[in-house]
Amino acid sequence: MARNTGDNAMIRLEGVSKWFGNFRALCDVDLTVDQGERVVICGPSGSGKSTLIRCINRLEEHESGRIVVDGIVMDDDTKHIADIRAEVGMVFQQFNLFPHLSVLENCTLGPMKARGIGRAEAQKLAMEYLEKVHIPEQAGKFPSQLSGGQQQRVAIARSLCMTPKVMLFDEPTSALDPEMIKEVLDVMIELAETGMTMICVTHEMGFAKTVADKMIFMDAGQIVEAATPADFFSNPKSERTKLFLSQILSH
Amino acid sequence: MAAPSRKKRRIHALDIIVLAAVITLVGYIAYRVDSVLVYKWDWSAIPSYLFRWDEKTGTLVPNLLIKGLVTTIRIAIWAMVVASILGVILGIARTSERLFPRLVSWAYVEFIRNIPPVPFLFLFYFFISSQIIPLLGIDEFIHSASPGTLTVAEFLFGPANLMTNFVSGMISLSMMSAAYIAEIVRAGIQAVPKGQREAGQTVGLSHFAVMRYVILPQAVERVVPPLAGQFITLIKDSSLVALISIQELSFLAMEIAISEQRFFEVWIFTGIMYFVVCYACALAFGRLERRMGAYRR
Repeated sequence: MARNTGDNAMIRLEGVSKWFGNFRALCDVDLTVDQGERVVICGPSGSGKSTLIRCINRLEEHESGRIVVDGIVMDDDTKHIADIRAEVGMVFQQFNLFPHLSVLENCTLGPMKARGIGRAEAQKLAMEYLEKVHIPEQAGKFPSQLSGGQQQRVAIARSLCMTPKVMLFDEPTSALDPEMIKEVLDVMIELAETGMTMICVTHEMGFAKTVADKMIFMDAGQIVEAATPADFFSNPKSERTKLFLSQILSH
Repeated sequence: MAAPSRKKRRIHALDIIVLAAVITLVGYIAYRVDSVLVYKWDWSAIPSYLFRWDEKTGTLVPNLLIKGLVTTIRIAIWAMVVASILGVILGIARTSERLFPRLVSWAYVEFIRNIPPVPFLFLFYFFISSQIIPLLGIDEFIHSASPGTLTVAEFLFGPANLMTNFVSGMISLSMMSAAYIAEIVRAGIQAVPKGQREAGQTVGLSHFAVMRYVILPQAVERVVPPLAGQFITLIKDSSLVALISIQELSFLAMEIAISEQRFFEVWIFTGIMYFVVCYACALAFGRLERRMGAYRR
């Protein structure tokens, strides 16, 4: 394995920058996430939150700086990228379930085709995780037959089937109807209780207060403030953070 | 399914006018043909070209038109298979992240699409028959094959003495069709949302596995309707290989029409034969299309 840094942190970003054309999406971002730590990232749209977590599993390529995940340095080596992706699960805003596969097949595809696990074992594993997200009875259905909340829970189960060490959530509840947000957040809270290392981009401040070990506020591609939830909500240091919090908490 | 609405079934005045106009037009053309051409219709020759009585065996055996039809179907099916394989590879290459495969595929597609089939057929036929066919070693195969394998080969590729000819024509036709199929495949792949690829990557799938298990199965469904059209075009375009003396339906129909001096009857009948094959193909694809996409309920 490529354990080549002797680093204890699960995720370490040092001076990470990323441009889209002339637009600088990330400016010298430093971030350390320890094993088992739960980080919630918030900030206005276009602030680089999604780009930041998408760099962690190479859905976006960072242009400068250093990213290390579980001791593996992210570079152009496809082996390193594959090793990192094997340890990092991701849940998307738009679920991105495979529409041509049943719920069960969505969950078994990764383990079978990427890990080489046999069908029976993969299905057993998938049912275990579908039970953890409380929808084992939907295993035979297709994604289009499920509600948004159910689909997102399947997406979480699909990621967990790869037994990742880190889970990334990219606005997992933003595309959901209000009455379905709770069922997804409940599953995420249960997951946090198992000690999973998590990074969530979300504006669900109630959820953040419940699970976060660290709050991060981003603006214009930079981390403006990083603090414990208690400090972050009661005593934000930066003016921009205060303004942002007053806008989203006023309702 | 909802019950068919009554509105659609009711006949309006406009429908009657259109119908009357069509009938009048057809009647007029028939009248003109009848009066101007002074043509004496004689369909009696046609059946004997479908089947003839074999004196030696005392049975009814297929004659030129049926043989030609069989060759047409044979060449069309093989060309569909070869063109699909080539087209899928080219289509995937066109969506590649690397420049080289994209360029090669782009050049091929544009080259074929912007040259009419007739010059292409002539040029490629001579190139293929002089360069590629010897490489395939078909002649040696025929000479050394056991009677058993030769029977199978003849069933698949037609009579042994015309086999090299058949393969040349089939490859030419496939190469033309592959360019259009490549474009259809490219469009199908690009129509799959980007999030699907990303989701595949995050569950650890390799580039190949994402293509194989996530992108292509979804692209196939989008590709079936335009592909059906392309296959029907291919069946019809197979009549072009008559130009390079492949003895398929159009080639033999031309010979019969000349030798019998029965142009209208032979060509009308040949047209009907093509129509039956193409329409059957369209119906089959229509069924396939309805069966697929069951998950989009």
